[in-house]
Amino acid sequence: MIEVIVFAIFAAVALAGAITMISARNPVYSALGLLTTMFAMAVFYVLLDAHFVAAVQILVYAGAVMTLFLFVIMMIGVDKKEDTAESIPFQRVITFVVALGLGVVIILAGQTAWVTGGAAFGSGDLVGSIETVADSLFGNWTIAFLSTVFLLTIAAVGTIALALFGPAAAPEPETEEPA
Amino acid sequence: MTLTVGWYMGLAAVLFSIGAAGVLMRRNALVMFMSVELMLNSVNLTFIAAGKELGLVEGQVAALFVMVVAAAEVTVGLAILVAVFRRRATANVDALSELKG
Repeated sequence: MIEVIVFAIFAAVALAGAITMISARNPVYSALGLLTTMFAMAVFYVLLDAHFVAAVQILVYAGAVMTLFLFVIMMIGVDKKEDTAESIPFQRVITFVVALGLGVVIILAGQTAWVTGGAAFGSGDLVGSIETVADSLFGNWTIAFLSTVFLLTIAAVGTIALALFGPAAAPEPETEEPA
Repeated sequence: MTLTVGWYMGLAAVLFSIGAAGVLMRRNALVMFMSVELMLNSVNLTFIAAGKELGLVEGQVAALFVMVVAAAEVTVGLAILVAVFRRRATANVDALSELKG
């Protein structure tokens, strides 16, 4: 019962954060909304006994990724409010319909055995401690893990290359093109 | 009333839809990136919920891999964004229409 209450509270928090993120005019508010959702996600992971992933969620997302986002927001335009005029006619309405349809389709598809596999459930004693996760990560999935090492190295090198060999400091802010 | 994995799946579906709506609706490239992050996170939630239900630790391993890919994507994406901003002084994707036919 306590689980249901915790889930309900943090589901509301996660949804509020997500809606704040897509509706806030100021990008900083968007980032804080996403941060709220990330924390609620970590609570869900704890509820699902994925303790190590919950810790990584806090460290990587709330700690690193959102800090990077906030840094870039502060650097390139916290004061530029997005104009809300729709450049595509009925953009909001179409977006709403598409997103609603997508959610309905996902939920409907999730209820068929074709997607979920219909396997026998119920070994509920899985606890994602560091040991169990590491046993799998460095046992069965070592190659995949090493691939992520290469991926991260390449991403870091690419980022540095973009910063070093990108456009030399250019911008006189151009005159706005006629829309 | 007990909490089943279906609840987590439903919540993740709703969050994924909100993220998709953000990508479609917003024109600030930063906020679009954040929406993509939200979609990746909701998929992580389904991975972990399914792993719990099936009793497999692979759900959590998959979530960790998704996190790594998301981190790499954010780094490169934000670097591209900063490079675009240095050249064009805007983060609005509607203004970046030089390849428009």
